[in-house]
Amino acid sequence: MSWEVVIGLEVHVQLNTVSKLFSGSKLSTGAEPNTQASLVDLGLPGTLPVVNREAVRKAALFGLAINADICRHSVFERKNYFYPDLPKGYQTTQLAEPVVGAGEVEIQLAPKGNKGGEGEKKIVRIHHAHLEEDAGKSLHEDFHGMTGIDLNRAGTPLIEIVSEPDMANAEEAVAFARKLHAIVTSIGICDGDMSQGNMRFDVNISVRKPGEPLGTRTETKNLNSFRFMEKAIALEVERQIDVLEDGGEIVQETRLYNGDTHTARSMRSKEDANDYRYFPCPDLLPVAITDADIEELKAAMPELPDSRKARFINDYQLSEYDADLLSGSIATAAFFEAAAKAGGDAKLAANWVMGELAAKLNAEEKDIADSPVSAEQLGQLIARLKDGTISSKIAKQVFEACWAGEGNPDDIIEAKGLKQMSDTGELEKIVDDIIANNASQVDDYRNSDDAKKKKKIGFFVGQAMKATQGKANPQQLNKLLQEKLQ
Amino acid sequence: MHTKTLTELKAGLANRDFSSRELTEHFLARIQQYDGDLNSFVTVTDVQALAQADAADAAIAAGKAGLLTGLPIAHKDIFCTEGVRTSCGSKMLDNFIAPYTATVVEKMAAEGAVMLGKTNMDEFAMGSSNETSYYGPVKNPWDLERVPGGSSGGAAACLGARLAPGATGTDTGGSIRQPAALNNITGLKPTYGRVSRWGMIAFASSLDQAGPMAQSAEDCALMLQAMAGHDHRDSTSLNEKVGDYLAALKDDISGLTIGIPEEFFPDTLDGAIADNSRDAIRELEKLGAKVVSVSLPSIKLSVPAYYVIAPAEASANLSRFDGVRFGHRCDDPQDLEDLYKRSRSEGFGDEVKRRILVGAYALSAGYYDAYYRRAQQVRRLIRDDFARAFEKVDVLMGPTAPETAFKLGAKKDDPVSMYMADVFTIGVNLAGLPALSMPTGFINGLPTGTQIIGNYFREGQILNVAHKYQQATDWHKQAPAFGGAQ
Repeated sequence: MSWEVVIGLEVHVQLNTVSKLFSGSKLSTGAEPNTQASLVDLGLPGTLPVVNREAVRKAALFGLAINADICRHSVFERKNYFYPDLPKGYQTTQLAEPVVGAGEVEIQLAPKGNKGGEGEKKIVRIHHAHLEEDAGKSLHEDFHGMTGIDLNRAGTPLIEIVSEPDMANAEEAVAFARKLHAIVTSIGICDGDMSQGNMRFDVNISVRKPGEPLGTRTETKNLNSFRFMEKAIALEVERQIDVLEDGGEIVQETRLYNGDTHTARSMRSKEDANDYRYFPCPDLLPVAITDADIEELKAAMPELPDSRKARFINDYQLSEYDADLLSGSIATAAFFEAAAKAGGDAKLAANWVMGELAAKLNAEEKDIADSPVSAEQLGQLIARLKDGTISSKIAKQVFEACWAGEGNPDDIIEAKGLKQMSDTGELEKIVDDIIANNASQVDDYRNSDDAKKKKKIGFFVGQAMKATQGKANPQQLNKLLQEKLQ
Repeated sequence: MHTKTLTELKAGLANRDFSSRELTEHFLARIQQYDGDLNSFVTVTDVQALAQADAADAAIAAGKAGLLTGLPIAHKDIFCTEGVRTSCGSKMLDNFIAPYTATVVEKMAAEGAVMLGKTNMDEFAMGSSNETSYYGPVKNPWDLERVPGGSSGGAAACLGARLAPGATGTDTGGSIRQPAALNNITGLKPTYGRVSRWGMIAFASSLDQAGPMAQSAEDCALMLQAMAGHDHRDSTSLNEKVGDYLAALKDDISGLTIGIPEEFFPDTLDGAIADNSRDAIRELEKLGAKVVSVSLPSIKLSVPAYYVIAPAEASANLSRFDGVRFGHRCDDPQDLEDLYKRSRSEGFGDEVKRRILVGAYALSAGYYDAYYRRAQQVRRLIRDDFARAFEKVDVLMGPTAPETAFKLGAKKDDPVSMYMADVFTIGVNLAGLPALSMPTGFINGLPTGTQIIGNYFREGQILNVAHKYQQATDWHKQAPAFGGAQ
């Protein structure tokens, strides 16, 4: 009997507030160490925290986006442990009364089997999401046997989103992670830059035989890309199954995945686990969120990925899966919509954004925001395709040139003389020449049945395209050839 | 000059009877001459004091005097003072110079106060005898073989010996009121949240409150006027209008209802202590007050509840003293754990270690419900008891401390007997109420005090009652023979 995999995620999302969760320091990346750390962030004796209301607002907005209950009096607690980059010796976080209660997120899986079918949808339940402060960073290089401490990140507001163990494989986990990314960037609470650690994933994994109780789980911490997450899950699932099939036992432990070497190691086992001695932080009052606050947030709620997806299906007749892909990030959705509008054809725009454009962006590791071909340029290209000025083959050539910075599609088509040959007189002369010069193929064609004719006409099309350097309008050419070859 | 109250000195300065420089030099000379025996100061800031005095004289000459302009004040060494060491009575902070100033110190300086120096205290305010200070015990000016009480023992002793006319203290379980009683001075613990805790090194955050200590209630009113107020840097500071405490002193107290909690006069109480407080209450009856008996049934649980809650909060508050960023660091740490263990073992004294251990235990997994949660429930019961009492009475009165100053070392090996020194004061902190201790007579030449507890934000009323009493009596004017204080 095969194994069943059970996966739950804990996701840390860095909120894009102006200042930190409990101090007025600015959030920053790349600043000189310890230049963005105030008296409060340094944990100096006598300093006190003051809650950043904007962080609370953003956490609550997330809660509303996943249809969760918003706690009207959420409580900050102290989680006690010693670490050099944890200045107060405790992290201020939430436990018993988090801002965001239970909610749910729908994920869309890729279609399986027959092309054109729709992929499966699945609900992943959210247990809760809470607000907490980030720690600083320990720097182990350049200090000659000592450790440097940078507290610029200390106090950065995070929400930790804790899912139920509702995912059964890496694909579902990644789809869920992507969906969270889509939600938090759509509602504007997180910049979503994975390379900067804006989102970090801890993955809880266990395996069992179907029908059996949950197996012992491990937690793989601090994965900061979807790709690493997928690989780390595959690796851990394989490891657990190997251990169990060899008659061993899974040890409850925290593991670290190294993306460069595609290996993982145990960081600490449950026996070493801290007793965090949580208790309500006496320096902070419970955070009150009123009905009026919630109404205000609901009114200000930007378009969510799910409603955008529904709109794409409805307005552009896209498939569920295509609509899901295109609505996932604000940037992609905006690009798609602008290209569709400029080009006058949503289906073509969808195909180009998910096809040619996505492939190029991937190959060059670029964000859609940094695409050398703008949505307007892609739209122009689509318009020329649609009005028959260029063929789809030529379109790819124009796209490449546009990507290389050679100008707008119209200018490229003009400069390179890539317009389709639509002058019937000129094309007719070329077709006549081909028929005259290939008497045996013409005979062969004329003596074939209809089915064979369909194949054999390809020869003449090829000759014509060769003679016109691909600029012949395919429909016109086909029509002409069929007439002349009769 | 040193026998005068702050109010009298203020009038003298306004009248140009003497300058702030003369006044400051006089007190600095007394500290120089007598504090060797008393040990009430950890740091004397003579240079800064004289500069502040000169500035005060200039302000007075320019007709720009504030509430406290030119008046010498001693600050408890728990308040951070930029550029001047803030030790909190601990070896841990023997080398600590804060880069910022506490709100209390800042507000008083803004009103023109002259800082004489920083007063000795029990280490991290943990103690009732001032014997836990790293800088050695403070002596009681009424008998140098006896303790001054604690933790604001340095403040109370220097006031009793007339080495300063006004001092700040902090009160977590009685640390202003008990030493005030033992040194024959007046001290007020305001409502929790009335005075900002920003810059005051935390012992137990939900109980700590700063307040004034001086020769009279009138002086305390003057100081509180400068200290009180909302501070946006302290989330627990309340945005409640500051009363006119000096004006409140003039109110008529006829018709005032004084409640006598039977629990404050137990059968086991020293009869002479009880008599002194009863005499004080009778004096107020003569002035028109009514007296009724009330009960605070849960108050007997205040000491055990306090000795769970305060250490629990302290165990987290003191985690930041880890040898990493400031304070004591052990020599040649071998690794991180060694750094933590030795820095903290060497930096903290026995009583502090005892409370960290008790607090960590009370919060640990499996004990939290039995200790911390239960103690919080008791705290609510105590608050409810007081609330019920205040439905019937304006103030509550009883002895401040169950005994007069005891001999140095007498309770050193008996922490529980030491903890009972605060049996009458602790309930007030758990409820967050304001309370004042005033001198009400002697036993065998040692001072006793009586406590007046008011409802939330009724500091004006408490000061009013004490002031009326002090106008009718002269216990508060008695000074010890030590140092020519009379």
